[in-house]
Amino acid sequence: MVTDMAGTIDRRAAVARLLEARNGALVVTGLGSPTYDVHAHGDSDDNYYLWGAMGGAALTGLGLAQAQPDRRVMVITGDGEMLMAFGALATISVAGPSNLDIIVLDNQHYGETGMQESHTGRGIDLAAVAGAAGFDDARTITTLDGVDTLCMDLSKPANGPRLYLLKIEARNLPRSLPPRDATFIKTRMRAHLGFQPC
Amino acid sequence: MGNAPLNQPAARDLSLEWPAALYDTLKAADVRHMSYVPDAGHTTLINLLDDDPDVTTNVLTTEEEGIAIATGAWLGGMRSVVLMQSSGVGNCINMLSLPVQSRTPLLMLVTMRGEWNEFNPWQVPMGRATQTCLEAIGVTVLRAETGRDVVEMTEQAATMAYDADGQIAVLIAQRLLGKKKW
Repeated sequence: MVTDMAGTIDRRAAVARLLEARNGALVVTGLGSPTYDVHAHGDSDDNYYLWGAMGGAALTGLGLAQAQPDRRVMVITGDGEMLMAFGALATISVAGPSNLDIIVLDNQHYGETGMQESHTGRGIDLAAVAGAAGFDDARTITTLDGVDTLCMDLSKPANGPRLYLLKIEARNLPRSLPPRDATFIKTRMRAHLGFQPC
Repeated sequence: MGNAPLNQPAARDLSLEWPAALYDTLKAADVRHMSYVPDAGHTTLINLLDDDPDVTTNVLTTEEEGIAIATGAWLGGMRSVVLMQSSGVGNCINMLSLPVQSRTPLLMLVTMRGEWNEFNPWQVPMGRATQTCLEAIGVTVLRAETGRDVVEMTEQAATMAYDADGQIAVLIAQRLLGKKKW
C-alpha cells in the first residue's frame, strides 16, 4: 500500500503525457489545478473545463460517456474534487461505462485554498475505494514511468470504468487559465461533436 | 393552464394515470437519458424508463450527481431528465451552478413532500424551501397541482429546457401523490 506516501510526480509532465496519448478522448477537468494543468498543455475544443461545481467532474464525464458511447472520455481531476463526490464512485460503477477513465491528480492537499491536508493524506486510499466499488481497474501510480505505462494501458479496451490515482508533488504551479465563459466551453465541445448551436 | 388537447390516448384518466402520460411526454420530447434517487411518487415513471431499452438510466447516491450527469449528457448530445423528491433539491444547489452558468438544458421533475397530508415533520422544512431554493440559484419553477398540469407543464418545460436552453423544475404537488402509506 502506498496510501500515506507523499507524491513526487511532476503534475504538468504527467498530464502532458496523458494528453499526448489521448487519441481522440474527450477530456473533462475538475476545478482548480487540474483545469490549469490541462490548459497548460494546450487549449482544445474537446476539453471541457470546470471552474466550479466541485464534485461534478467525474459525473459530467459519466453523462458524456453515456451520450457518446463510441468515444473515450477522460476525466482529469484532483483528490479534493473526487473526495467531494465519494458516492459518485458507486454511481459510476453501477452505471458501468467502459469508455470512462478517471485520473485523480492526488497531491493529498487542497492546493487552491492554502494546502490543507486532504483525506488522501490522512489514510484514505481512493484507488482502493474505486476497486472495492467494482471499477474495472483502479491503481495508484507513483512515477512518470508509471504514467507512460498507464498511457499504453489506456489505449486498450476496458470492461468498465477505470480510476487511476497519480501521486503528484504538492506544489502550486503558475496558473494557466482557460476561458471562463461556460457557454463558450459547452458550445465548442458540442460543435466538436457535430452539434450546432441552433 | 389552458384547455389545449394533450397528445394522449383519449381513454387515459390523467388524474390517476399521469405517470404513464409523463413517460409518453418525455419519449415524445426525445428524452433518452434519466437519473434518479428513488421516490414513491415517481415509482411508475422510474419503472417505465428503466424498462425502456432506448433509455439510459442511472440510480444516484445523492441528487446533485444527476445535475452533473445531465450536463454531461447534453454535452454529448443527449436529452436527460432528473427525478427526485423535494428533500433532494437541497442537495443540488451548488451543482446547479453548472447548468445555470453554462446555460445547459436541464429538466427536473420533483415530487413534493412536507406540504400536504404529511406525516413526517422532518420533511416540512425542505418542502417549504424547495421552490425558493431553486429560484434563488436561477432555476425556473413550475408547480403542478393536477395530473393534467403535470403532463402539460412537463411538455412545455421540455421545450423551454431543450430548445430554449432553460433550467426548469416541475414540482408535483404532494396533494396529487396521495398520503404515504406505511
